[in-house]
Amino acid sequence: MTQYLIRRLLIAIPSIFGISIVLFTVLALAPGDPFEELATNPAVPPDVRAALRQSLGLDDPVHVRYIAWLTSMLRGDWGYSFVSRIPVDQLIVQRIPTTLYVIGLSQLVALAIALPVGVYAATRPYSIFDQIANTLAFIGFSLPTFFTGLLLILLFSIYLDWLPFVYRTNIEATGWRWWWEQFRQSIMPIMVLGLFQGAAWTRFVRSAVLDVIRLDHVTTARSKGLPEGKITMRHVVRNAMIPVVTLVALQMPAVFGGAIVTEQIFRVPGIGSLLISAILANDTPVIMAVTFVFACLVIFFNLLADILYGWLDPRISYR
Amino acid sequence: MAGSTPASATASASPRPLTSPWSEAWRRFRKHKLAVISAVLLGFLILAVLFGPLVWRVPINDIDFSVILQGPSLAHPLGTDDLGQDLLARMLYGGRISLAVGFTAMLVAVSVGILIGAIAGLAGGKTDAALMWLTDLFLSLPQLPLLLLIIFLFRDTLKAIVGPELGVFILIVIIIGLFNWMQVARLVRAQFFSLREKEFVEAARALGASRFRLALRHILPNSLGPVIVAATIDVAAAIIAESTLSFLGLGFPPDIPTWGRLLFDARDHLDFAPHWALFPGLAIFLTVLTINFVGDGLRDALDPRRVV
Amino acid sequence: MQEDDLRGLIGRVKNGSMSRRAFVRRMAAVGFTAPMATQLLAMTGAANAQSTAASVPAYGGTRRGGGGHLKILYWQASTLLNPHFAAGTTNQDASRVFYEPLAGWSADGTLQPILAAEIPSIENGGLAQDGRSVTWKLKRGVKWHDGQDFSADDVVFNWEYARSPQVATVTSGSYRDVNVVKVDDFTVRVEFQAPTPFWADAFVGSIGMIIPRHLFRDFAGANSRDAPTNIRPVGTSAYRLQSFAPGDLLRAELNPNYHMNNRPFFDSMEIKGGGDAASAARAVLQTADFDYAWNLQVEDAILQRLEAAGRGRVNVIDGGNIEFVQLNAADPNREVEGERAHPNSRHPAFQDPAVRQAMALLIDRQALTQHIYGRGGPATPNFLNNPPRFRSPNMRMEFSVERANQILDQAGWVRGSDGIRAKDGVRLRFVYQTSVNSPRQRTQAIYKQAAQRAGIDLELKSVVASVFFSSDVANPDTYMKFWADMQMYTTTMPQADPQRFMNQYVSWEMAQRSNSWQGRNILRWKNDEYDAAFRAAEGELDPVKRAALFIRMNDLIVGSNHVIPLVMRPAVSGSVNNLRHVLSGWDQTMWMIQDWWRQT
Repeated sequence: MTQYLIRRLLIAIPSIFGISIVLFTVLALAPGDPFEELATNPAVPPDVRAALRQSLGLDDPVHVRYIAWLTSMLRGDWGYSFVSRIPVDQLIVQRIPTTLYVIGLSQLVALAIALPVGVYAATRPYSIFDQIANTLAFIGFSLPTFFTGLLLILLFSIYLDWLPFVYRTNIEATGWRWWWEQFRQSIMPIMVLGLFQGAAWTRFVRSAVLDVIRLDHVTTARSKGLPEGKITMRHVVRNAMIPVVTLVALQMPAVFGGAIVTEQIFRVPGIGSLLISAILANDTPVIMAVTFVFACLVIFFNLLADILYGWLDPRISYR
Repeated sequence: MAGSTPASATASASPRPLTSPWSEAWRRFRKHKLAVISAVLLGFLILAVLFGPLVWRVPINDIDFSVILQGPSLAHPLGTDDLGQDLLARMLYGGRISLAVGFTAMLVAVSVGILIGAIAGLAGGKTDAALMWLTDLFLSLPQLPLLLLIIFLFRDTLKAIVGPELGVFILIVIIIGLFNWMQVARLVRAQFFSLREKEFVEAARALGASRFRLALRHILPNSLGPVIVAATIDVAAAIIAESTLSFLGLGFPPDIPTWGRLLFDARDHLDFAPHWALFPGLAIFLTVLTINFVGDGLRDALDPRRVV
Repeated sequence: MQEDDLRGLIGRVKNGSMSRRAFVRRMAAVGFTAPMATQLLAMTGAANAQSTAASVPAYGGTRRGGGGHLKILYWQASTLLNPHFAAGTTNQDASRVFYEPLAGWSADGTLQPILAAEIPSIENGGLAQDGRSVTWKLKRGVKWHDGQDFSADDVVFNWEYARSPQVATVTSGSYRDVNVVKVDDFTVRVEFQAPTPFWADAFVGSIGMIIPRHLFRDFAGANSRDAPTNIRPVGTSAYRLQSFAPGDLLRAELNPNYHMNNRPFFDSMEIKGGGDAASAARAVLQTADFDYAWNLQVEDAILQRLEAAGRGRVNVIDGGNIEFVQLNAADPNREVEGERAHPNSRHPAFQDPAVRQAMALLIDRQALTQHIYGRGGPATPNFLNNPPRFRSPNMRMEFSVERANQILDQAGWVRGSDGIRAKDGVRLRFVYQTSVNSPRQRTQAIYKQAAQRAGIDLELKSVVASVFFSSDVANPDTYMKFWADMQMYTTTMPQADPQRFMNQYVSWEMAQRSNSWQGRNILRWKNDEYDAAFRAAEGELDPVKRAALFIRMNDLIVGSNHVIPLVMRPAVSGSVNNLRHVLSGWDQTMWMIQDWWRQT
């Protein structure tokens, strides 16, 4: 086990390295530059733009730019944002608390919905409860978040006027009032994301549990006369957790990466909105930094999932 | 399978005489009422978008400023948009693309996912490590810049080879497929890890089944549950993703009203003209719903362990 | 109006028998007013005959502070607060909250002194008779937010900073060709290489914001990006920085030492960034959660419905921005010397004036205004619309499918079996590209339908804006390469003078491979008369003759139908009913933020 872990971690280093090369190449070759607004402004002569490009090193060959990036990265220097002209790590650190809070909570909401509903629906397949849960789940993931977000805003902010729809990082209140305001402004983005993710996960949990219920050892347990609840918990859910763990691990990096659309709709200053504005402005150092951290998290959580498989099902051997 | 008895609530355990596997499957499928209804509904949707434009002959881009944002009426059964264009005609026309993209992109995603997941799960070791590296890579690629790069590199070439419409279609399907297979791959691989140690697989292995046969006949069918769920989610995601792509200039030309695009265009008018968003939203929902039930029905029908 | 009449009027302003305002109004009546009016008067020595204060609405605040909190919403977030690095409007506006220029442009195009003690004119000795220099007198007693004194050294430093190639500023175009001399501690002189009719460029408006020498002195080279003040500005304005989160929120508080009396009104203010224009409009007009929303690029029908809630209003401020279509003069589909759309090639269909004329007849501009742009896009037949004295009276707009058909029939373009016209193997099938933007896609749809009825097939193409407007050489989809038959976008006019605006069609500015497509003439249109008129206008000090030259240039390019103007794009914003602000189409949103107040 330990040996397996060490081997996997050792593999992870060249993996990250390789991924960084691919990422950098894609970003460097992708069309566009950070000076969109200068383009249609006749007061800025084109050669000023050309000089700006050059000053940012945009005209250097890709490999030169990559090596420059890598060497400074190894020294802990994340580079400067083209559009903000401040260090990238400052930009990212500023966004992390909000992202963790909003996206993290939404994933918890998703799990809190998906696990009980999915398991319960699977133990009573095609019951009324199951049918309703399924239909809601289908609605949940067939409507994109840009749409549900707007729907919630219209309902709760415009017609009912209960909740604000512009997320603020500077609530001027203390104590309980602060918490209350924070709750009011974050409930919509959290629910939009949580319900979307929860809908998909509910379907996965239900299907995973259904699959396991049909398996041999559950039947054996049942034939041994164990109470149904205990069977569900110990034998079924634990085994059904394998796909669920896979999915959750896939989703965890997003807690850092943010949710582009939802953050945009509610003006949540998370990593997602940083990333999208960086992408639209072709702010390569920021995109590179965010995607690189994201890549590291992807590798880490997928590794974690692999390890959890063995804990959930001891028969899985590490090879 | 030995020792396998039904645990599903709908199942009944009376032995039946053996029939051919296909008619047996069909019999089981028919038992699944929702699946049958869904199949009919889905068939209707497909027929509607295929032959609807032949019946409802209003042009999709006929601009008429006198009937802007009208709700459903006899002249415009699904209402009109902000240029007074007929939404029924647009839905029918755009639906072809949405459905075609949704299905094929899902098929691409699911088949690539199953292939990679199955190989990784079965082989383990170095192959697994390499394939999972690929999966991690695709998971961490920033989609937007990559898309822009792909458009920029391949659009004109592909257009030149297979013509504008087909070229764009192939490109879109491949792109959406390539961004969605990772989840399926990781799910299938995890299922393989778990299933390959189960008794029935051990049994088959002891009986001398080849690795390929083992995967195809014994492990794969049992790992399809999450795959079917992922497939339905992928259809919805692909229909929406297509509209996002056309915003990036990668998709079909902006005047082709796919369902995702209709939904997107309607969003600012949601409080004044809800019908504009309602119908494409409903269409996507029905597609997802029906595909899912048909998928469930098929899985139950083909499930080797199930005796109905 | 004849040149002589004008001179008569100017004479009356000079001797005081006519007010400057009345003069501006008279000129407006004959289609002649302008932001350039001041300059016109200044050049003839009549400026500042009266105070300029009347060009800006009276300030209603009675004391400094006590106005509470002002909340402004931008759907694009500001990312840095150094005006010399501010590539876009958002960052320029945010910088303007803290930094001030010597003077700003008011809505009627007059100069309003801010850090200058007075507006230079010939009679106060500010303007040289030969048009080769301008001398600015600075306001005394102005202090930076950190308590240091503001002086001529700061102004001179800004010139050195902005023109330095190592610093690589966005504003360098306005500073590199001039020379700036410190006359004394409160006087600077800007010297030009040639007689310059448009002298109010450096140190004025959005390019003129002055940053403090004592804080940027050590960062005026290649290390410019390390300056902590790039995001923590110390300026001279009415509000000083409280906190700044790039890409999200900017907060500022009242500056107790501000150099203008009783200002500012608000104790604190914030600019929240991000989101989309439609929901920003909702937050101001429908729910009044915010006081002001910038640049509401939303269909006017939606804005009108939101305004019906009665909580806020929409402000429309005229400027020079124009949404227009270009018909390629070069051939984008064939390579000449290995280059697509080579300046030497001719577009196979558009080289026929009949086809161009038909194309101009096929776009229904009134419908665009009525059904898409509304107040945000009045239809126009001219490329150069503002300041009004440059607006040509000679161009007409007409929408007629029948006439287009007639013209094409006469010119021998015959419909094929598929309904598309062709002649000598050239089919009227065009790729029509623009950036991704909802009103543009609707315009494309409207154009396409009309063209279809005239036997012309348009293939619509939309490119994401950050790609379309990039200057990246490897990219085939940029508007500068114009590798399509026709394209559509908005070109902005940030200054109240058309010189930099009209150089888009001079032959020496052609975008091509040899200059990495950096030329301004992306149409690759060449006309000797246009070139000559432009050269003449560059050095013409007589404002009347100069205006006539620009009008002629407009008529040449629009008359060729290679450029089809569609709608003007005035700035559209939203504010709650009780907010009183001073906006201008020739300067930034925040140009007079010190004068904003709330009526109770």
